Amino acid sequence: MIVDLPSSTTSAVNRKLVELRESGGVLALGRVLTLVIVTDDGAGIEGAIEAANSASREHPCRVIVLARGQRRAAARMDAQIRVGGDAGASEVIVLRGYGPLAADEAGAAMVMPLLLPDAPVVAWWPAEAPAVPAQDAVGRLAQRRITDALSTKNPMKAFEQRRAHHVAGDTDLTWTRLTSWRALLATALDHPPHEPVTAAVVSGEAVSPSTELMAGWLAARLEVRVKRSRAEQGPGLVSVRLDRASGPVELVRSDGKVGSLRQPGQPERLVALARRSVPDCLSEELRRLDADEIYASALAGIGAVTRGRASVRTSAAGAPS
Amino acid sequence: MPTGSAAEKRTTGGWDTGGWVNPLRDPRDKRLPRIAGPCGLVIFGVTGDLARKKLMPAIYDLANRGLLPPGFALTGFARRDWADQDFHQVVYDAVKTHARTPFRQNVWDRLAEGFRFVPGSFDDDDAFDRLETTVADLDRIRGTGGNHAFYLSIPPNAFPVVLKQLARSGLSTQDGDQWRRVVIEKPFGHDLRSARELNEIVGDVFPEDSVFRIDHYLGKETVQNVLALRFANQFFEPIWNSHYVDSVQITMAEDIGLGGRAGYYDGIGAARDVIQNHLLQLLAFIAMEEPTSFSSDELRAEKIKVLKATRLVGPLDETTARGQYTGGWQGGELVCGLTEEEGFDPESGTETYAAITCEVETRRWAGVPFYLRTGKRLGRRVTEIAVIFKRAPHLPFDATMTEELGQNAFVIRVQPDEGVTLRFGSKVPGNQMEVRDVTMDFGYGMAFTEASPEAYERLILDMLLGEPSLFPVNDEVERSWEILDPVIENWATSGASPDPYPAGSWGPESAQRMMARTGRTWRRP
Repeated sequence: MIVDLPSSTTSAVNRKLVELRESGGVLALGRVLTLVIVTDDGAGIEGAIEAANSASREHPCRVIVLARGQRRAAARMDAQIRVGGDAGASEVIVLRGYGPLAADEAGAAMVMPLLLPDAPVVAWWPAEAPAVPAQDAVGRLAQRRITDALSTKNPMKAFEQRRAHHVAGDTDLTWTRLTSWRALLATALDHPPHEPVTAAVVSGEAVSPSTELMAGWLAARLEVRVKRSRAEQGPGLVSVRLDRASGPVELVRSDGKVGSLRQPGQPERLVALARRSVPDCLSEELRRLDADEIYASALAGIGAVTRGRASVRTSAAGAPS
Repeated sequence: MPTGSAAEKRTTGGWDTGGWVNPLRDPRDKRLPRIAGPCGLVIFGVTGDLARKKLMPAIYDLANRGLLPPGFALTGFARRDWADQDFHQVVYDAVKTHARTPFRQNVWDRLAEGFRFVPGSFDDDDAFDRLETTVADLDRIRGTGGNHAFYLSIPPNAFPVVLKQLARSGLSTQDGDQWRRVVIEKPFGHDLRSARELNEIVGDVFPEDSVFRIDHYLGKETVQNVLALRFANQFFEPIWNSHYVDSVQITMAEDIGLGGRAGYYDGIGAARDVIQNHLLQLLAFIAMEEPTSFSSDELRAEKIKVLKATRLVGPLDETTARGQYTGGWQGGELVCGLTEEEGFDPESGTETYAAITCEVETRRWAGVPFYLRTGKRLGRRVTEIAVIFKRAPHLPFDATMTEELGQNAFVIRVQPDEGVTLRFGSKVPGNQMEVRDVTMDFGYGMAFTEASPEAYERLILDMLLGEPSLFPVNDEVERSWEILDPVIENWATSGASPDPYPAGSWGPESAQRMMARTGRTWRRP
């Protein structure tokens, strides 16, 4: 059900929410967190709401979409409430602020009265994010701040900002996209031979924050020389090689879909390793409401990564090695 | 972020394997899932219902969640004239129909590369030699690393021959770092003696730490949540004892009958089928003391302790009940009674409803009865644990004000509609003081189920990882039979047949009498 409240106030929205619960018996009490989506008013809103709805099946939440409208307009707030089938397992409140209400401080003031009592607040910028999320008006309300460097106009610049201004509680979906890679690499080292890694090479597209972060993580964890190179083919992160005395452990994904794990003395193994969707990443993010120290150390580790000049060639998955 | 302490944290946390610590693991890195190491799974009885509806879909779901190792192999063994492609088709159909997560071609293609099928019967030496060759090939081609699990999804009377074959063909031999494991499903025998025999047979071939007994209830999120509710919260523990608890009722009811299951069920009955394993395990979770840690050894130690303290309450003629459903209209459908079901002896004395009374002889629980009941063709399909509290010792109200007030109850709904219900009294709005029961609901199922894994996913993954905490050990199995055996003996010696109850009801009259003797009644779940 979708209820529109044009030219409204937050107390009217709150009243309407209680009314909806009483009349329709609809939901609202078992919510575990408030997710605030900060975005510009426009086409991107529905995609973000959909991602939040799908994540809400795992993490029942109240979703507040703060959409900043025209700044040169009269002060007005339009609200929309979605519950039931239109909101997954969540309840969605879309707040559109115009004129002075499109400003950051005023936006945060509109969100404040609608936060669930005594439940964590997560802020998510699906596209452009403030330079320092933790100092943003909405960011200050939240324990967890999620950004996505890859979906901004200039991913490397956004990523550099993340590195420069990291505060505990921040994460970027760049990091989430690496989880399956990291898990496969960690699992490969779980099993014998238990030899130390002597050096590592990470290759990927020229512009690929995930590749940088992978190199940073390895540098921080392994404390050995980690080289970041350009890959000749493939989107995003393409390959990771960990050198050990008995030979290298290699994980290669040259088509963005299928990974290939190579270890000395073992047959090549293929594994589905598709790039992850935003809803999938968001679900993983909401699983963690505490600070991610490992992410912080990976960001810090990037400083220790060396740059390779030559690009790295990788044989395609499934090709005879 | 200070990195100076990283090395020090690494030694305390990490994935410790014989003194070696994986530098890429860190206990603070909660995102990293546990992926099973290189391995393969061989399923005996792939044509059965369990394999099609639960095991194969669970394996696909695990692959889809990225929790199976690259190069995972699944081998089917059955008496069918199938080629590998036919087996592919069977698994494909099973996955398409029953898998929980969406179908992804990319994932399927990788998984399907590891499918093999070996045709043959259990007494066929050649077939097992071919299986041995297949498994060795998988090590070479798929890199399963000599690690293989054997899932015996077959009737228990076939266990001895299959186990003997595994030993003869060398499939059960573990060298060095490689492991071989065996998974068995209930029933683990039909009384204490047969359970011991079965265990000897299994124990001859596999050491106890390689034997994984599946009780799929223990893989359910709601059951694991019992431990979280009890030991992570402050407000249950103070009242979790005989000072406040009046009684505990554990119910597992099914609305379906036993058509087509005569071969397994006739002569076994509800008590052996459900009470000995599922219900006594639930009792252990509810009644156990707090483990010193959540390691599998500590958990098992506490479970065994509480099972050792569990006794039947007598006299058994009055404190137990058994029944058998009769035909009639159930929920708009005409169903037949047990004795008319296909394959059952028309004179069958097998019970389809069983209820027993236990008590736990500890300081915490002395005097609190634990009522366990299960049955087929009951009112609806439901499994729940109800902890019923004593009435308040003094009510500062007139009797008329609290006429409608029942006993407080804390109910864990195991399935369906997973969650927790709390029942307590509340004032009825109006200018009179009148108190009536209301309920407060926590809907675990409502919002969480889509993402919570099936019990079999969890259990298969734990088995491949060698993580034993959710699998009952032999001691638990034997102790459970020790508890239940006297009831079954008593029913056998009495010579009477089970009391009839109409399909769709909540059991025979005798079950109500068994509660009435202490002034209690069964909850309607």
